[in-house]
Amino acid sequence: MSTPLGLPGNLREDLQKLWDFVREVSGDDAYERYLKRHAKVHPDLEPMTRQEFFKAEQDRKWDGVTRCC
Amino acid sequence: MPRSILSKLVWLAIAVMGASAIGGIAIHRGEHINALWFIAAAAGTYLVAYRFYSAWICAKVLVLDETRATPAERFNNGRDFVPTNKWVAFGHHFAAIAGPGPLIGPTLAMQFGYLPGTLWILAGAVLGGCVQDMIIMFCSTRRDGRSLGQMARDELGPVGGWAALIGSLMIIVILIAVLGLVIVKAMKHSPWATATVLGTIPVAMLIGIYMRGIRPGRVLEGSIIGIALLLVCVWGGGVINGSESLKGYFDWNDMTCAWFVMIYGFAAAALPVWLLLAPRDYLSTFLKLGVVFMLAGAILILAPEVKMPPLTQFIDGTGPIFKGDLFPFVFITIACGAISGFHSLVSSGTTPKLLANEKEIRMIGYGSMALESFVAIMAVIAACVMEPGIYFAINSPPGVVGKEAADAVAKITSWGYPVTVEQMSALATEMGEKTLFGRVGGAPSLAVGMATIFSTTFGGKLLDMWYHFAIMFEVLFILTTLDAGTRVGRFMLQDLLKHVSKPLGDVSSYPATVVASAIFVAAWGYFLVQGVQDPLGGVNILWPLFGISNQLLAGIALTVATGILIKMGKLRYAWVTALPLTWLAIVCTTAAWQKVFSTNPAIGFLAGANDLAQKLAAGALPPEKVASAPALILGQRIDAALALLFAIILWIVIADMLRMTYRFLNGKQVQPLSEAPHSPTQLAWARD
Repeated sequence: MSTPLGLPGNLREDLQKLWDFVREVSGDDAYERYLKRHAKVHPDLEPMTRQEFFKAEQDRKWDGVTRCC
Repeated sequence: MPRSILSKLVWLAIAVMGASAIGGIAIHRGEHINALWFIAAAAGTYLVAYRFYSAWICAKVLVLDETRATPAERFNNGRDFVPTNKWVAFGHHFAAIAGPGPLIGPTLAMQFGYLPGTLWILAGAVLGGCVQDMIIMFCSTRRDGRSLGQMARDELGPVGGWAALIGSLMIIVILIAVLGLVIVKAMKHSPWATATVLGTIPVAMLIGIYMRGIRPGRVLEGSIIGIALLLVCVWGGGVINGSESLKGYFDWNDMTCAWFVMIYGFAAAALPVWLLLAPRDYLSTFLKLGVVFMLAGAILILAPEVKMPPLTQFIDGTGPIFKGDLFPFVFITIACGAISGFHSLVSSGTTPKLLANEKEIRMIGYGSMALESFVAIMAVIAACVMEPGIYFAINSPPGVVGKEAADAVAKITSWGYPVTVEQMSALATEMGEKTLFGRVGGAPSLAVGMATIFSTTFGGKLLDMWYHFAIMFEVLFILTTLDAGTRVGRFMLQDLLKHVSKPLGDVSSYPATVVASAIFVAAWGYFLVQGVQDPLGGVNILWPLFGISNQLLAGIALTVATGILIKMGKLRYAWVTALPLTWLAIVCTTAAWQKVFSTNPAIGFLAGANDLAQKLAAGALPPEKVASAPALILGQRIDAALALLFAIILWIVIADMLRMTYRFLNGKQVQPLSEAPHSPTQLAWARD
């Protein structure tokens, strides 16, 4: 059962959700998501470090049309 | 049952509100009209169109299939192919399509009065732009996330593919040139703006180093520090502007500003992305979203009055900002915000790789464009809340209204839009500028509008800070488009060059990168310099060329989409894309024809070139203009060739599609549909 909006418990949950959304949409949590996926898909391989991952990501991200007029 | 009746009543109410607001705007005469009418008309139109038209297209025409696995699911590699939460994908897609275009085009088009531009933004978006974005996204999603160029080649053949490639490359060249011109006109002889813009470059680099080396990947943290530093730049620009000894270093004429923009564009393309391009993009995206929502909030709170008349006498083609009749030029001037071909490059190739489920195409494709169109409506409001006399004084080039302030106000007042020199200098002082006369390009007048709205909403102070904040915001994301465009253009160019010389086509070779970047910057730099030298302010030449090229790309995208719909056996619904395509073909062809062949030297490129050549030969030009005249004459002839080329490319692609349709309907062999086979989705949460 959820409490009506505005009550502290629910508000904190909503704010947490909003914060998670902001982190995901901005790519702030990209490394954490990478680690999660990596552990699932290649549990036997060593994951990239935070810095390596970010470098690899940036080169990939700017390869196509990403901004319009 | 009661629930469905309630829902029907709510939608009926929304429809009635939208329709009566549009009616109110259209028939309103006399006293000023409140800006909330525009918001109501826009909201009603988008909501009703989204709820009914887009739902109908998705159900009947595209037949979206939620059981079908998307490319993101099938090729999920955790990098470019990633099934993404639909709101996150919406955010990415909207941030990618929303650029400076929907702010500038509508501002310029207000010379016709508020009515034509507003109606075109609303109708163009819901029947054209949103449909294009959504259907191209659908086509690309069904084709493993392929790009528009690849789809054109696969579905129409090599002719369509080449046309799409050349069209995309040319639109980027013209787009960057015209955006560069907008920056130049905002910075020239404005020490405050110039110092602020220069300050943003080390800020971006600092954040680049921070996010790369110091705190890798901490995007939010880096962006917040960066935005704080940008605000310091705005303040610092004011300090420099206040210092008699410093301000001289930042008081540049327009040619110096143009060289700065070119050197900057080259550096941004040749430097590694992480140092300048990526951090600037983070900052400008946050700022862009923040300012857009802040502006919407401020307009709602302030409910300002619109002072521009619904129609001005300039619908006859004699407008000061750009020449040409209401038809076709309002439809060319406002591309982004109504229908923008450039979006088809993001809707194919980029966003489809993020979609977790096909049914999200409706919200992300149609919905994002509706939101961008709403941004254009806000630009309309920002331009129309100022006195029309002031709007024309800022936006009219000196070549039209005269160099002296007294001449300019006399001329503008004689059109029926009273304005005085005192009013203009008081406004310039309030905004922290020496003068606001002849600041063409749309950005400064938008900044005045925004500064007025923001300052009034937040206590009526600091107009000069708000003005330069708005200029910084506009320039920041224009420069982002310029960087990203130069980079993409360089890739496309290298893709072409590899047919000529293998080493030049190697994107991983640094010397090849530098050479290709230099060639590409020279290409747009040529048009930028031409715009700066043009006595009519450059907007008159470059903005229509940009509009035509953007609509050309939209025409190519809609042609590809129409061809695909027909091959899917949806001939009876093909009007969904064929209708906007027909309209664009008419608009684009008429505009290109007039820009090339009109005998009015202010409209026709050829007439303009001949007129100048005659004056040069007769010695009728003032001495300071003689030196630049031969380049301007050649430039106008190149513009004519380009406009003609755009129209020809469009018709070649349309003819190719019609040829294919004819063969298809007569049972002859055509390129088969390149749709990927159906494979069922395994994502449980997508079927909720």
